[in-house]
Amino acid sequence: MSIAAMFKRNSLLDERSTWITSVVLIVGMLAVVVLHALPPDHAWHLNGSVVSLLGKYLTYMLLALAVDLIWGYLGILSLGHGAFFALGGYAMGLYLTAQQSPLAPWQGVMAHFPVAALGVVLAPGLLALVFGWLAFRSRVTGVYLSIITQALTFALMLAFNRNEMGMGGSTGLTRFDELLGFSLSSESMTVALFVASGVTVLLAFWGCKAVTRSRLGRVCMATRDAEARVRFIGYRVEHVKLAVFVLSAMIAGIAGALYVPQVGIINPSTFAPLFSIEVVVWVALGGRATLYGALLGALVVNYLKTLLTGVMPDAWLFLLGGLFVVVTMFLPQGVAGLMTHLRRRREVAT
Amino acid sequence: MTSTHATNVQPKSVTVPQVGSDLRHCLTVVAALLVWLALVSPVQAEVTPQRAQTLLQALDTNDFDAKAEAAQAIAASDAAQKTRWLEALLDGRLARERRGERFYIITDDSGREWPIIDAITYEDAGTGSRRSVDAFRINNALRTQLQGLIASLSLGAGDEATRLDAAKRLIGEVDAQSVDAVTTQLDNEESSAVRAELETALALYRVEQGDVTALETLSGNLDTRVRNSLTTIANSDAPIAADAEEVLAGIENKRAWYERGQTLFFGLSAGSVLVLAAIGLAITFGVMGVINMAHGELIMLGAYTTWMIQQLLPGQPGLALLLAIPGGFLVAGAFGILIERSVIRFLKGRPLETLLATFGISLILQQLVRTVFSPLNRRVNSPDWLQGAWHLNEALSLTLNRLGVLIFCLVVFAALWALMRYTRLGLEVRAVTQNRAMARSMGVRAARVDMLTFGLGAGVAGLAGVALSQITNVGPNLGQSYIVDSFLVVVFGGVGNLWGTLVAGMSLGVINQVLQPWVGAVLAKVIVLIGVILFIQKRPQGLFAPKGRTS
Repeated sequence: MSIAAMFKRNSLLDERSTWITSVVLIVGMLAVVVLHALPPDHAWHLNGSVVSLLGKYLTYMLLALAVDLIWGYLGILSLGHGAFFALGGYAMGLYLTAQQSPLAPWQGVMAHFPVAALGVVLAPGLLALVFGWLAFRSRVTGVYLSIITQALTFALMLAFNRNEMGMGGSTGLTRFDELLGFSLSSESMTVALFVASGVTVLLAFWGCKAVTRSRLGRVCMATRDAEARVRFIGYRVEHVKLAVFVLSAMIAGIAGALYVPQVGIINPSTFAPLFSIEVVVWVALGGRATLYGALLGALVVNYLKTLLTGVMPDAWLFLLGGLFVVVTMFLPQGVAGLMTHLRRRREVAT
Repeated sequence: MTSTHATNVQPKSVTVPQVGSDLRHCLTVVAALLVWLALVSPVQAEVTPQRAQTLLQALDTNDFDAKAEAAQAIAASDAAQKTRWLEALLDGRLARERRGERFYIITDDSGREWPIIDAITYEDAGTGSRRSVDAFRINNALRTQLQGLIASLSLGAGDEATRLDAAKRLIGEVDAQSVDAVTTQLDNEESSAVRAELETALALYRVEQGDVTALETLSGNLDTRVRNSLTTIANSDAPIAADAEEVLAGIENKRAWYERGQTLFFGLSAGSVLVLAAIGLAITFGVMGVINMAHGELIMLGAYTTWMIQQLLPGQPGLALLLAIPGGFLVAGAFGILIERSVIRFLKGRPLETLLATFGISLILQQLVRTVFSPLNRRVNSPDWLQGAWHLNEALSLTLNRLGVLIFCLVVFAALWALMRYTRLGLEVRAVTQNRAMARSMGVRAARVDMLTFGLGAGVAGLAGVALSQITNVGPNLGQSYIVDSFLVVVFGGVGNLWGTLVAGMSLGVINQVLQPWVGAVLAKVIVLIGVILFIQKRPQGLFAPKGRTS
């Protein structure tokens, strides 16, 4: 009963946040495209590198969305989502290198875009399926699950560092030329990738919203809050978890695939446990279980990172570490939770 | 030169025998004499420069057989310089003046102009070059003979270590000319270690001559040269080939066992590092359910403490290391208590939040060290007693620093176990673990126990850092590289179980070492990680499940 009531209240709030987020995303995207189209000597002109940077932020936002889907709504704290992101990225990287000179003979097949696109979602999806099937079936939960997801991404990082993998070893895959026949270095390609990322974020946001508002989503939240009870009612909790986990991994994979052509490189450091944990702090700062909070958090933290690593690199880790501590201690619901809280107070006051 | 065989001392002057027609017989006599001589003569009588000149002039021939005789004559002579001459000859650094009668030793033959000294008086003779001096040439047969001669000469040296070294070099070098000499030497030798080497050398010679009985002496011998010779014999069509093969199989078998022992040692030492890193975590995680992601950085602080103390006490790495043990414990423990008081206690019952907050702390600590010290790695010196290796035999040697870490790990483990088992703090900790509410109602101050427990776990992390500083460089990323492994060890062993952590850490270390030769270091680690992930799926409570009711 209480779960249903909570869902109802949430959905009312979410209704508003959904369209606000959508409008902000669309307007922001259009604004960037328009500003970029201005003549280069215009004061408001955005140059290609800024557009590319914003495109990178968009892929991070997509990744944050994937993490929020399972952490916020399913209560699974994945410290290894960077692995799915990196797998999608490697699939795209293989496609980009296979067109010129594949590193290993079998990679020739990746030169076909449909195959590569399939790889982008299937590689992370299959890994999540196998891993999740094993983990959820034996009811590994909580911190244990977090630790083994971290071990998973750590193991993959070590494996991809090996030259024998045929994935470029510690250098990774780089020196890409063209995507779908268009040169990657052109300005129009930068804008196209930015728009593609923006549209994907928007679609993924709506998709995740639809999932969380569906019956599946409600079972997810119920599982998060009282797993045993849901099981006793008769739901196959592990199937629910598995489905959402795989979906989340696929979104992360797509994010990685969009990330690689914009950044121009993919290497094993993307598998590093630190990156995966950073993603979690984006979501925690923005606010769990809101989806728009994840988008906000990813944007804000990454903007701060770009700002600080340029000006005073020493301060960045202090700030990031401080964010972890402050957010978990004083902002358990993140910025989104803070906003909701303030609005409620105002409503009560009037 | 002093002789250990004081009772055998008899001043003796020996004339060098003339090389007769029966060369072989004569050489045997020479060799026997020479070893005996080296043994019994207390003072090396100085020969006259004329005599020395004669000895060296005998070498000045293009006939290698004659050269061999001359070398024998030198070895048998009283000349104090004879070992140096023979060594120089072996290295191709004994030379004759092109226009003149003087002999030189080239002290450094890199470059074009060689610094030379007079071979007889050792006086500095300026420089020589390819144009002014001729170095004596040797062939392979002569080289082998010279090595044997030099070894025989060293056998007579008073120091047991020198004799042992010489005896070891004799293995595989004994030939028809020196066999009697070695036998004589064996009869006079008192040190059992030297005797064993000499016996091996003799037995190997006899086996090469086709003596089946000598094979018995060689069985189980781990020396590489013995193994190589036996392999040659076993592959030949000698009558004793089958017997040799049998002995060889025994040797290979024994060798394989020692190699397994070596792998086990490496595994246990790698495992002890894991245990040290994980055991503090086992305490904090087991008792408080707190995931402390800053644990690795507490290890790093312990390592930096060692480095700092060593900077304060230059030239005394041993004392610094001993002081670092309490120092590292206190520094890391203090930081641990600070973390517990300021952050963790406000996040009670929210493990995922604790995980994130402590991870933030770990980033801050890392950057702090990077800013205060430097992002570069620091080298912590090992005291003498932790350097080098302990050679048990040819196939098994234990590096002392790893052995030290292994012992340290066991001591720390025993101390912790005793603390948990026998002290009041341990009792309270166990009470709080099993039933927090009940313990509190019995008057245990749970908050204080939490603080002390966390401090203890952090202190042990500091100890791990002290140990790690002896086997790797100390840097800001030191802790990060151990954190994933440590958590896996704790979860693999069973949360809150010290024995589980010990067994899990050691077995992961050994499994890793066993896999390494087949698949390489990185893949071995990957396999172990995946293996543990799968194991946790199968058995989430770990190897040793905590007993009693746990929530």
